[in-house]
Amino acid sequence: MRTLPDQEIVVVGGGLVGAAVAWGLARKGLAPLVLDGEDLSHRASRANFALVWVQGKGVGAPHYARWTIAAARRWPSFAADLLETSGIDVGLRQRGGFTFALAGSEMAMWTEEVGCVAEALGEDAPDHAVLDHAETARMVPAIGRDVVGAIYSPLDGDVNSLRLFRALHVGMLNLGAAYRPHSDVTEIVPKAGGFLLTGAWGEVLAGRVVLAAGNGNTRLAPMVGLSAPTLQSKGQILVTEKCAPFFPYTSTTLRQTDEGGVMIGDSQEADTSSIATDQDISSVLASRAVRTFPQLAAVNVLRSWSGFRVKTPDGLPIYECSSTHPGACLVMCHSGVTLAPNHAELVADAIVSRDTTLAGGLFPGGRFHVPQD
Amino acid sequence: MFRKIENPKDLVTIVVDGRELEVDATASVAAALLGAGMATVRRSVVTDQPRGPYCLMGICFECLVTIDGVQNRQACMVPVRDGMTISSQRGARTTQGGGR
Ligand SMILES: Cc1cc2nc3c(=O)[nH]c(=O)nc-3n(C[C@H](O)[C@H](O)[C@H](O)COP(=O)(O)OP(=O)(O)OC[C@H]3O[C@@H](n4cnc5c(N)ncnc54)[C@H](O)[C@@H]3O)c2cc1C
Ligand code: FES
Repeated sequence: MRTLPDQEIVVVGGGLVGAAVAWGLARKGLAPLVLDGEDLSHRASRANFALVWVQGKGVGAPHYARWTIAAARRWPSFAADLLETSGIDVGLRQRGGFTFALAGSEMAMWTEEVGCVAEALGEDAPDHAVLDHAETARMVPAIGRDVVGAIYSPLDGDVNSLRLFRALHVGMLNLGAAYRPHSDVTEIVPKAGGFLLTGAWGEVLAGRVVLAAGNGNTRLAPMVGLSAPTLQSKGQILVTEKCAPFFPYTSTTLRQTDEGGVMIGDSQEADTSSIATDQDISSVLASRAVRTFPQLAAVNVLRSWSGFRVKTPDGLPIYECSSTHPGACLVMCHSGVTLAPNHAELVADAIVSRDTTLAGGLFPGGRFHVPQD
Repeated sequence: MFRKIENPKDLVTIVVDGRELEVDATASVAAALLGAGMATVRRSVVTDQPRGPYCLMGICFECLVTIDGVQNRQACMVPVRDGMTISSQRGARTTQGGGR
């Protein structure tokens, strides 16, 4: 006897990506089972900065810029659907986002990035403005003298990320999905009629399987003829005590949450596998924040944390259905907050309708294959 | 709510929301406030519910008050001092002024 009854479709991984896909599958009438890891497994979904961010994304990859813009435009109706299915308001705010430059060289780099994307997209490019200090200060009077300028784009925003995570989980269960934690999948064996998924917890036969296990995909994907290479990328974030509202927009390095806390982030470290936070990095983050908003000097930092991103070698998502193992799909990405509406609607809908081309086939995992002699 | 189990040797005077209190010179601000019958020292930032000292050991951050103009100090971690001015808080701290 198998541990669990046979399933029509199983989603491996219950982070933002797996939960968004399962929410979408359930909304279209499937009853997916989500198998998830341990309480303390690394989850980018519990560590992120919560931006719905478009600005500067897709340099040299206009298809990624378009995919991201589509997600940002879907967010308002997606947030409403989440509220309806879960009763949880995820606190979406799309009032625009800034990238603050503290040096001329930064300003030049970011100006070039948004310029590149704008040029590649032409008519479809999202609005953006390149602002000097005075223009930035007119919109955000609290900025410090060290801010030489900023890029502003009105489409950017943020959510309350933990509430998003919760809303997806509550919503998918309300819609008929099932969730099973402590169910790390260690092996996927293709069988007649589907895939046998096994782990220390037992086994289950799934007609179809969606791999959405974040960095865990790297190990699982080859078992169904897919590949999911990742790079190590750690990010660190500081959070202050709750403050009266002073910054109604959002930015890449600093945002004030709907409840008043200020999140300061997020660093990029490529050469460590330790999850511990690093004091030196914290002080760089804090010093940049205080130069951007000098009044923060008086505010106490309450917490800091770090998390591993789910980052492919080119930073773009992988969406692919296996050609060698029909019924197996892979969904993974580096911006699971921003892209959640696309995963819940476009990707999930394609899986429901047994479309083997996900996201227009523009993000296959095979792009990383290097021909071997 | 609380009753002193011994008589303090030395007293100091603190001012709490404009009211002068004579309190044990060895007390923390939180103990002094609780001893004076003040169980609510602030309102929570998100839901505006009444809050007061809870863990008394610096962990829960429930006991936040403004001490000598500095907002969001943990009352349980600060010893009283003669002439200290304490005010209860409502709403989130401001980022302008009152800093350390
Ligand atoms: C510091 C930081 C800041 C970020 N900021 C932003 C941001 O501002 N905006 C944005 O859009 N994105 C941001 N991200 C990225 C975003 O958080 C991730 O893209 C997203 O959380 C990825 O979700 P996931 O479900 O793929 O992965 P995870 O959250 O890592 O979840 C993977 C899940 O799979 C489970 N799992 C793994 N292996 C197995 C297995 N073998 N069997 C069963 N289950 C398994 C794990 O237990 C886990 O629950 C940030 C990330 C970090 C780290
Ligand atoms: S009572 Fe808990 S921190 Fe002061």
